[in-house]
Amino acid sequence: MRARARLILLLLAVTVAAPAMAVEPHEILNDPALEARARDISKILRCLVCQNQSIDDSNAGLARDLRVIVRERLTAGDSDDAVIAFVTSRYGDFVLLKPPFKSTTYLLWGGPGIILLIGLVAVVVTFRRRAAQPSDAAPLTDDEMQRLEKLTDGGRDP
Amino acid sequence: MRLSFILPIGIFAILAALFGIYLYQIGPGGKDIKQIPSVLIDKELPEFELPPIEGRGDGLNTSDLKGRAALVNVFASWCPPCRTEHPGLMQLAKEGFALYGINYKDKPKDAMGFLARLGDPFKRIGADANGRAAIEWGVYGYPESFIIDRTGRIRYKHIGPIMPRDLEMTIRPLLEKFSK
Repeated sequence: MRARARLILLLLAVTVAAPAMAVEPHEILNDPALEARARDISKILRCLVCQNQSIDDSNAGLARDLRVIVRERLTAGDSDDAVIAFVTSRYGDFVLLKPPFKSTTYLLWGGPGIILLIGLVAVVVTFRRRAAQPSDAAPLTDDEMQRLEKLTDGGRDP
Repeated sequence: MRLSFILPIGIFAILAALFGIYLYQIGPGGKDIKQIPSVLIDKELPEFELPPIEGRGDGLNTSDLKGRAALVNVFASWCPPCRTEHPGLMQLAKEGFALYGINYKDKPKDAMGFLARLGDPFKRIGADANGRAAIEWGVYGYPESFIIDRTGRIRYKHIGPIMPRDLEMTIRPLLEKFSK
């Protein structure tokens, strides 16, 4: 029992521990509210050197420079949107880890919905057609009826 | 023939063709999908102002670049591909094209040594010690080269070293086109 408790504590210690961050201590702003905003922005900006990490996660030099710029602009009084616009105006929408919803990305965001809709229409059409179609199988002959009755024991439950 | 028979085959054929085209494009010698198209193409030059590399007398700012077609090259002595492309830049300078350099996060001594050893193809060089000007230009890999026209617009961006093939196929033709 003691051993199990110990194990659980150990697991907790490992999982609850803060994940390693790329943000270096001297980069962190004194104002916790600004720093929180900076972290949120950094998490949605892609590091262009590694391309699958945010600048918040990346140790690349460019990611560090961009983290510092994000903090500088926030300190200067920019809104979150203004900071993000500053970066996208230089590096394009590709720096946003989540693509924006705009005319060039309607298909990207709407695609799954459109495909689902096509599927639904196909299902409805198929069922309707099947229901409307009269069964073209000929009715059973008397002979077949008798054999069927024999096989099913006159329709009674055994 | 029934639609339900043709449709799946048709969709498969269209997808196969699309994937085929895509694979062909990224095939050997094809386009590098890791390269991100620049948003600065056809935009005004970014505003920047750089001091010279310590020991030189030039420096580089936005207005230095206006008035004629030119190639702006972001380089560093610590970047091996920059070394690879350097003979190509020397060749362009010899042919009379205007080349400008942004020396990215380099030690002045190293940068001066690099230019002394390999030659200096640049009309002016700005030292971007903290990498801020490079961010203004949307630079993320080194080297990068921009072709600008005489009206002060960025017309083309090349990411990575300018290999002899790039020089012949795109860089020189574009410089010639915008110089006219």
